[in-house]
Amino acid sequence: MTQPSNTESYLRMYTQMVRIRAFEDQANQLYLSAKMPGLTHMYSGQEAVAVGICEALTSDDKITSTHRGHGHCVAKGAEFKQMFCELLGKEEGYCRGKGGSMHIADQSNGNLGANAIVGGSMGIATGAAMSARARGSGEVAVCFFGDGATAQGLMYEVMNMAALWKLPVIYACENNGYSEYTRTDEIAAGSIVARAEAFGIEAHQVDGQDVLAVNELSQKLIARARKGEGPFFIELMTYRYHGHHVGDINREYYRTKDEESDWKSNRDPITNFGRWLTEQGLVAPEDLAAIDADVYKDAEDAVAYALAAAYPDGSEVDMHVYAPTDPATLRVGG
Amino acid sequence: MREITLSKAVNEAIAEEMRRDPTVFVIGEDVAEAGTPFKVLSGLVEEFGTDRIVDTPIAEPGFMGIAVGAAMTGMRPIVDLMFGDFLFLVMDQLCNQAAKTHYMSGGKLSVPLVLRTNMGATRRSAAQHSQSLHALVAHIPGLMVAMPSSAYEAKGLMKTAIRENNPVVIFEDKLMYQDKAPVPEEEYLIPFGQANVKREGTDITLIGTSSMVQVAEKAAEILAGQGISAEVIDPRTIVPLDEATLLASVKKTSRAIVIDEGHQGYGITGEIAARLNEKAFYHLDAPVCRMGAMDVPVPFSPALEDLTVPTPERVAALAARLVAGEMLHDA
Ligand SMILES: Cc1ncc(C[n+]2csc(CCOP(=O)(O)OP(=O)(O)O)c2C)c(N)n1
Ligand SMILES: [Mg+2]
Repeated sequence: MTQPSNTESYLRMYTQMVRIRAFEDQANQLYLSAKMPGLTHMYSGQEAVAVGICEALTSDDKITSTHRGHGHCVAKGAEFKQMFCELLGKEEGYCRGKGGSMHIADQSNGNLGANAIVGGSMGIATGAAMSARARGSGEVAVCFFGDGATAQGLMYEVMNMAALWKLPVIYACENNGYSEYTRTDEIAAGSIVARAEAFGIEAHQVDGQDVLAVNELSQKLIARARKGEGPFFIELMTYRYHGHHVGDINREYYRTKDEESDWKSNRDPITNFGRWLTEQGLVAPEDLAAIDADVYKDAEDAVAYALAAAYPDGSEVDMHVYAPTDPATLRVGG
Repeated sequence: MREITLSKAVNEAIAEEMRRDPTVFVIGEDVAEAGTPFKVLSGLVEEFGTDRIVDTPIAEPGFMGIAVGAAMTGMRPIVDLMFGDFLFLVMDQLCNQAAKTHYMSGGKLSVPLVLRTNMGATRRSAAQHSQSLHALVAHIPGLMVAMPSSAYEAKGLMKTAIRENNPVVIFEDKLMYQDKAPVPEEEYLIPFGQANVKREGTDITLIGTSSMVQVAEKAAEILAGQGISAEVIDPRTIVPLDEATLLASVKKTSRAIVIDEGHQGYGITGEIAARLNEKAFYHLDAPVCRMGAMDVPVPFSPALEDLTVPTPERVAALAARLVAGEMLHDA
């Protein structure tokens, strides 16, 4: 018999996955109706990865995220309103509208930010782990990145150092089968996990559509990383439902509709987890439907709020270029 | 007052700040037991241990990125980049990540780190170990750039750099490591954005950075022998730049040469000259002139290398022509 505390965690994971899906559906609508400046990259289909991992983290633990980062941001605890405000360039956004979709950061929940440079945050996550150890904080850092980022040299430089120094960092490679419009097997020679293993890093491959499998593995590795047994590497096999970005509509030239519908109908992380929850008798189908309805309502409300919210004042354009330093600390004895 | 080398001054600054603040640490190649190839950090590992004087593999982008992440989460890393020429390897982490994080996060995250590296030709080190690349980073909003001209500046600016809540790149002239200057025993800091008038004068302003301050001072001596009074100014930091002091001087002297060891083309000499032209044009009796390094890769042969950087004689010669009101170019 499953523990009640597990059920609580299961329902939280279910809800968080639905929240990500709802967020992305709304973001896509904002793009299609020309209400959102710029482009954005949808996380839909990959929800179990961010949620399975972040459910195993505390809010002090750090993550670094990617251009496809809304899922990580929601899973790490962010609120819809500030997120939509950021996507729309509004003052109330997490970054006062200065970052947008590709740079959304939520320091209050340990999200050190999305990154528009593929592989650009590998060092940041590793440094956050080094800092956690130096400060004795007990925090763990998780670095999210795509299969495409495994082609960046920076990854190998920092994994080498993380392994040498046994840093509490987890490299989470979301292998969604594509980097932009190119299949992963065309850009990745050999095995991705073997690359981490070459540094002596324990590496795992897991079904990224199975939130329980992801969470179970993450719980173990994160606990071990906290004890100084890190770093670890996880390759999470997953799939993105939308195009590379919201504007990538006609994509038959690089992947088939059959392939897409196979993943959506047979391997959807939310549907499958919802079915499992009801099959186990942990929750009634109506309860899940009620969760879905609540979450979608929240998302719609947040969009309406963000659309009506104010843009930053023009005077903010040259604010935050430099951080203030207390003049007292710059004096002798300061 | 006691005199110490620039190398010792940097070492003292880092040691003092590491004693003061446990979040400060050094990261780079051969920084610990070796104390860097220039021996600038010798002795630090004995006092602070290998947890705070961290030797890395030869992976500049990697340890630069690690420093950015550490800085974002409560530490104050001092990144040791063995040669300024290796800046090209760390540009993404420095310019796309460190420089922009505070802005992109709407002021929520900050990156208090120091990247200490070097500059300067005429060491017979050829094109990949001799460049002065400060203009490259000065171009990127979000970075601060300090250019110490002596042991005194090296210590005071380093201490400020470490306490700053922003990424600071500090360029030490590698030919000056053994040069001594008076440095007080007592603690002091040099604020950023405050130029230093090294010598007062009335006929022409010579603005020099780093080792070019000495070149300007020697040029001023030559000029004094010719009855020309040159004012010498060291901006000390080029970002932020103390425009007010430079402008006040140029308005007084009505002429200026900006001397710097970076390439002249698209370099900081042009930037400073343009600001003086824009803001002091009606006070000028001659065009503000630039003297940077030649726009060639730094050659190895001493016979060639010495031609590429400004010298006191060439600065004095140009200054004399400006003061004489000579046309520099055919009209
Ligand atoms: C350094 C760099 N090169 C190229 C790009 C353009 N780009 C943006 S996303 C992307 C694909 C990344 O693929 P992957 O890492 O697998 O992430 P996914 O988009 O599949 O989530 C590319 C090439 C970039 N942003 N940064
Ligand atoms: Mg991918």
